[in-house]
Amino acid sequence: MAKKIGVIVNPVAGIGGRVGLKGSDGEAILAKALALGAKPECPNKAVVAISQFKDFQDEPLEIYTYPKEMGEDEMRAAGLTPIVIGEIDSGHTTPDDTVRAAKDLLALGVELILFAGGDGTARNVLDAVGEEIAVLGVPGGCKIHSAVYAINPKTAGKLVLEFLLGKVQDLKESEVMDIDEDAFREGVLRARLYGYMRVPNEKKMVQNLKSGRGYGEEAALDLVARYIAFNLEEDVLYVMGPGSTVRGVMNKLELPNTLLGVDLVYNNKVIANDVNEKGILDVLAQYDKARIIITVIGGQGYLFGRGNQQLSPAVIREVGLDNIKVIATKNKMFSLFAQPLLVDTGDESLNEELSGYARVTVGYGESVMFKVNA
Amino acid sequence: MSKPYVRTNFHEARWDEPMIYELSTPGTRGILVPEVEDEIVDAVGDVAAALPDSLKRSAPLLLPEVDQKHVLAHYIHLTQETMGSNLSNDLSEGTCTMKYNPRLSEAMSMNPDFAEIHPEQDDSTVQGTLEIFYKFEQIMKEVSGMDRFSFQPGGGNHAVYCASSVMRAYHASRKDDKRDTIITTIFSHPCDAAAPCTAGYNVVTLYPDEQGIPDYEGLKKAVAEIGDHLAGFFMTNPEDIGIYNPNIDKFVELVHSVGGLCYYDQANANAFLGVVRAREAGVDMCHFNVHKTFGTPHGGEGPANGAFGCREFLSKFLPVPTIEFDGEKYFRDYDRPDSFGKVRGYIGTAGVILRAYSWTMMHGAEGLRMCANISVLNNNYLEKMLLSIKGLGEAFLGNGITRQEQCRYTWEELKNDTGVGTDDINKRVGDFGIPWYWASHHPWVIPEPMTLEPCETYSKCDLEEYYLSLKLVAEEAYDNPEVVLSAPHRQASHDLANPEDLDDPEKWATTWRAFLRKHGDKYLKVK
Repeated sequence: MAKKIGVIVNPVAGIGGRVGLKGSDGEAILAKALALGAKPECPNKAVVAISQFKDFQDEPLEIYTYPKEMGEDEMRAAGLTPIVIGEIDSGHTTPDDTVRAAKDLLALGVELILFAGGDGTARNVLDAVGEEIAVLGVPGGCKIHSAVYAINPKTAGKLVLEFLLGKVQDLKESEVMDIDEDAFREGVLRARLYGYMRVPNEKKMVQNLKSGRGYGEEAALDLVARYIAFNLEEDVLYVMGPGSTVRGVMNKLELPNTLLGVDLVYNNKVIANDVNEKGILDVLAQYDKARIIITVIGGQGYLFGRGNQQLSPAVIREVGLDNIKVIATKNKMFSLFAQPLLVDTGDESLNEELSGYARVTVGYGESVMFKVNA
Repeated sequence: MSKPYVRTNFHEARWDEPMIYELSTPGTRGILVPEVEDEIVDAVGDVAAALPDSLKRSAPLLLPEVDQKHVLAHYIHLTQETMGSNLSNDLSEGTCTMKYNPRLSEAMSMNPDFAEIHPEQDDSTVQGTLEIFYKFEQIMKEVSGMDRFSFQPGGGNHAVYCASSVMRAYHASRKDDKRDTIITTIFSHPCDAAAPCTAGYNVVTLYPDEQGIPDYEGLKKAVAEIGDHLAGFFMTNPEDIGIYNPNIDKFVELVHSVGGLCYYDQANANAFLGVVRAREAGVDMCHFNVHKTFGTPHGGEGPANGAFGCREFLSKFLPVPTIEFDGEKYFRDYDRPDSFGKVRGYIGTAGVILRAYSWTMMHGAEGLRMCANISVLNNNYLEKMLLSIKGLGEAFLGNGITRQEQCRYTWEELKNDTGVGTDDINKRVGDFGIPWYWASHHPWVIPEPMTLEPCETYSKCDLEEYYLSLKLVAEEAYDNPEVVLSAPHRQASHDLANPEDLDDPEKWATTWRAFLRKHGDKYLKVK
């Protein structure tokens, strides 16, 4: 039986970057970018990624895509023959086209969607497919805060190829993040965690030949979650931050939880789900002792300030800096090897106090000391 | 002086060898075991009948039935398909240290008067062996500055486990039972985390600073956070990237100040034999892998020895028995009430200790220091040549710190330029008659790694041969990457067909029965 994958190209992603517009979301911005002489960057990057599929000759491969600049043109430029579905208004594509394309591909039963774009494109794909199938991003936008992208177009293509060949089977949940572009253009960086998608887990830090000795992302998460769940203290209010690692702990505790929200737990019972800053502060006032459990968010390694803004400076100070526990899977921490963790709470003096070192729990009884910068 | 020679026309034997079970012919025997003599039967009766039924097999063992000639041929074929030790230019095994095993030591260990004694014999009948253990302990004490040694651990990891056990016994003796956490560093041998973890300790790992040295500020924060739960600090020095931690005294002082013990993993001591000692670094315990440092064979996962040493205040916790001398005779002392117990039977692998003793006595004190000097010189000469190869870099390159006995290189630039990474290069170097190199422990941390360790065994010519071979492969990667990507071409073993099967319990098998159950005759050569 033929292997089926899907390709989506956001032809206007990244167009704002070269002309200094910090993003391309919104038709007015797009028109402005084009008026400033911007040239599409994303399609060329998509071609580089797609070209890698030519090395897949083991069995028939069917590649489905949307018409013209949303994939068809790039496929032909890469020397491959696409199966074209759907319709677009060429020259005037919108985020809705991306959502529709992803939904159509999901309905066709493709194994994986390769999409080229930026954070906005990732959000559109997330809206359409969630965690139902594997996806991988070709970095083509000007903002890449999401962790669903390969490091460059060539690597993206090769990773999909390895996925098709069965050499990479493990999938990891990775963050889809985006910033508020209006605020960003005003000079304010506000990133939100929108959700998670499943991307092929390239074990780049493990020797290929010894893949049998490693363990996948699921097992890595299980070890962290077990350790934290097993060692929760009694009579302490736990402020459980967003993210899939913290969700792993909640699942281990068999407690209802929100992936993107903050949940409050006391003596193995949920006090509240998906609480905002005010809600957290109200509950904190009723308890003597509290701890925050957070995970590292996004490919850039943020502890605070990206995707968990509910944990505001007031919340952090109320809980106390000594009562913050950071958890993450080993793969995530090793992928950050040469770079420090980051904090951006919006309160400079708090950022300074949080800087230095954090002890990050990465396994059962295992932790690493990691540098934290403001 | 001879000149380097790259064996571009090398070819390894390939025997297309079936598995030993496939060579089995029912009824064939290699050895006919004699019938039990009547006198013995009369004396002991029917031994088999005395065994309880629960201990008896219901079906006979499934063993291959092969005669001696074909067993011998089979295993010789297999040895010809491997790059054995003392066979080729194996400076490639960084952190493992391949070292020449002198024939004299081998001959001594094969002397039947020594080889045929049994560990259950009475002390009075094995005085010579006990004397060698005792004297080798005196040498280890001098080399390390520690006060007592045990040779019971069967290798380096085992010695670190032994250290964890001593540490636990020490804290328990002080009723200090909260201490459940140790600190180690990311470039220490992984066993410095794994063995204490196996012994039940939580593990906190330090990363290096920008220079590649374990981060002292990180240690301070860790110590403050762990507080009176800190049991000890385990580190390798120099670390696996060949960088010596010059702040070791500060590390030790800080850990001691909060009641923790300090452990030095000196498995591979080729950087500092006769130059610096564990005692002067201030640590409380250490070990040597005698097969990495004192010239005994890497046993192919077989007999090894982790010589474990400690200071006097910890010696009462050592495993039993210790070897003592009362002025007249040598003896095994089991009467040590504070001992934590054992990590293994008996007193250590005697054949290995004899070889190590022989190697050390051949070298003498000056010889040990010369080994260190040559190891460091060799490594720096090789490093200088290798860093001229396009596409090759090194961890923390340009930090101004002279590497000690090994280096961790990185092929990241070559991978980015050509798509050829360290796994590919590794498969190609074997085509020139040199063994695959050691990339790195997992996780890699340093991308596309390669770790080489040219100890004193290797000549200038060996270093140049290795350099020229790697240079050739790197040039191939730029000019004709497919040659490298499709390697090996001239070796017995090839790429694993389906490496992902190693992750699938439905595919891998550790016994012949399981193999047949999972795959039938699909993979058999003899059908």
